[in-house]
Amino acid sequence: MASGDGGLLSASHIVEYPYRRSTGPVMGRFFAALRDRRFEGVKTARGRVLVPPTEYDPQTGEAADEMVPVGPGGVVTTWAWVSHPRAKHPLNHPFAWALIQLDGADTAMLHAVDTGVESAMQTGMRVTPRWRAQTVGSINDVACFEPEGTS
Amino acid sequence: MRDVAIVSTAQMTNVRREQRRNEVEMLMPVVQEAVKRSGIPKGDIGFTCSGSCDYLAGQPFAFVSALDAIGAWPPISESHVEMDGAWALYEAWVKIQTGQADSALVYSFGKSSMGDVPDVLNLQLDPYYLSPLGIDSISLAALQARAFLEKTQYTERDLAKVAVRSRKSAKDNPNAQLAGDFDLEKLLAEPYLVSPLRVHDCAPISDGAVAVVLAADDTARNACERPAWITGIDHRIEPHQPGVRDLSESPSTALAGAKAGVASGGIEVAELYAPFTHQELILRDALGLDASTSINPSGGALAANAIMVAGLTRIAEVANRIQWGSIGRGLAHATSGPCLQQNLVCVLEAK
Amino acid sequence: MSEAESELVQSITTPLRLEYQYTAGVASTRFLRGMADGKILGQRCPQCEKVYVPPRGSCARCGVATDLEVQVPGTGTITTFCVVRIPSDSLDIDPPFVAAHILLDGADIPFFALIQECHFDEVRMGMRVEAVWVDAEDLGPTFESIRYFRPIDEPDAPFESYKEHL
Repeated sequence: MASGDGGLLSASHIVEYPYRRSTGPVMGRFFAALRDRRFEGVKTARGRVLVPPTEYDPQTGEAADEMVPVGPGGVVTTWAWVSHPRAKHPLNHPFAWALIQLDGADTAMLHAVDTGVESAMQTGMRVTPRWRAQTVGSINDVACFEPEGTS
Repeated sequence: MRDVAIVSTAQMTNVRREQRRNEVEMLMPVVQEAVKRSGIPKGDIGFTCSGSCDYLAGQPFAFVSALDAIGAWPPISESHVEMDGAWALYEAWVKIQTGQADSALVYSFGKSSMGDVPDVLNLQLDPYYLSPLGIDSISLAALQARAFLEKTQYTERDLAKVAVRSRKSAKDNPNAQLAGDFDLEKLLAEPYLVSPLRVHDCAPISDGAVAVVLAADDTARNACERPAWITGIDHRIEPHQPGVRDLSESPSTALAGAKAGVASGGIEVAELYAPFTHQELILRDALGLDASTSINPSGGALAANAIMVAGLTRIAEVANRIQWGSIGRGLAHATSGPCLQQNLVCVLEAK
Repeated sequence: MSEAESELVQSITTPLRLEYQYTAGVASTRFLRGMADGKILGQRCPQCEKVYVPPRGSCARCGVATDLEVQVPGTGTITTFCVVRIPSDSLDIDPPFVAAHILLDGADIPFFALIQECHFDEVRMGMRVEAVWVDAEDLGPTFESIRYFRPIDEPDAPFESYKEHL
């Protein structure tokens, strides 16, 4: 315990939980595809393709399980520029968060976009994934997205 | 339906960091004051319901120890929501409607300063696709802000005006944390925090607590001169993934507002829980509010934003104005989840 | 497991780490400062007059502030106990050992502590015990200023004297 202001006591407290979560058949397929450096979405009964996929149509609640290939490129639908990344952010230099609608998808997925400078970001721009050297089946198998044609 | 009203409220003055007191010590005087003002003997209160967040305190079941502030003996009828206190008020209202209680104590407390709020709020996100990316609450709000600015006629100047007005109004609110006169041009010259949001677009981090007492029918009429009657209350939620929603609007707020009776007009005051400036504009439009309604005369969440407290505080602020006799009809809104995912609207009237 | 299922990613790990800075609060600070002085400080409820050790600043029964400070001695009575036979990561002690609720003389809320300096088979409800403190130079604002409790040579307390505090 360390002494705080006014002689009152304070102490640091750290909480850690090593959660392990089951994925199920739809997310399990999506993560397996990421491990293979591919994207898959789920097609709902109404013909909409959801990426990232959920086991249900968020508008009707109907089950969905038909997986279809999407991407790898996509379009930025909105974005936010981070000048000072936080410790838990995926990149340690300035970057953009973006919602990205992959080719063939009707919904957008959240990820980071690495353009180096804010002026290179624009709604509607095309981006493509930068994969990690080692993929394990996680949303972070995509290190980030980058403008199409940069690599 | 039974007639249910708010008969008393009490708040802690919001601060950036409550160094001296623990949560029980923070909460106890607020609860005591609300109960005392209601005039209802504590033992006669039929139901107690609270809202708080264990991750904010870093302790599982943290709300249980907060009961030490209430005096749960002889054993009381009690419940808790892991949400803003506005939803605890909704549960208490339902409990009274069922006839199981004639009065209820509702409170919430949040010591946001103990942890890192943007990181703590990451944990309310989907743990498969969103939370592992490490995105924080301000970044998510910024994604929404850009979608809103690009899809509407609003500008960053409009956002800054919300901040200036809120903090000016807060000068009259003794419980506000961030109040004062700010220069619009100077604010717009500040750098971005997460573009397109600047520091003034974001709510401060606050420690706070609030309590209200609800009562039905004659219990309410006997408790105070001008009960703030709840004439409509409803809450609605949208899908969680931000990429399946149109972030520039809030259909759940519009629907909750319609169900709560906002459309019948005469809303003199609206207290909207908008922790980011652009969210106030989205909410205003969703509720169809125009210049005849005074928005956030308390300063709103931009003046004090104790997590889990600020929504119930909006309801308390409207109820206070009805009890003081300064308005006859008002609206309170509370939100939960990322980018206004879930919204509650409560209409209060003097009758 | 079918071939299709075996291709799935069955689970993901999402480790979580959060850092907090706790403030002890007024009542706990007084108590912990007392510990550093080798004193056990409690608080009395102004309504029901029960004495809380350690104090939390409120009476959990009455819901009022307990601002009357009282010092209690390091002697008390075991109200209930258990024999722990599994090792603990957070305690430097080999099982079996005894963890007990001790009603300190003058207090109304039992205090949780270890019992040492006797065989676990000898521990019983009503047994009289005393606090064993760390050396004076090691005292600090922590529960660990009391190492454990040990039996004292006194007759057991009658059941009636602590039955309300079980």
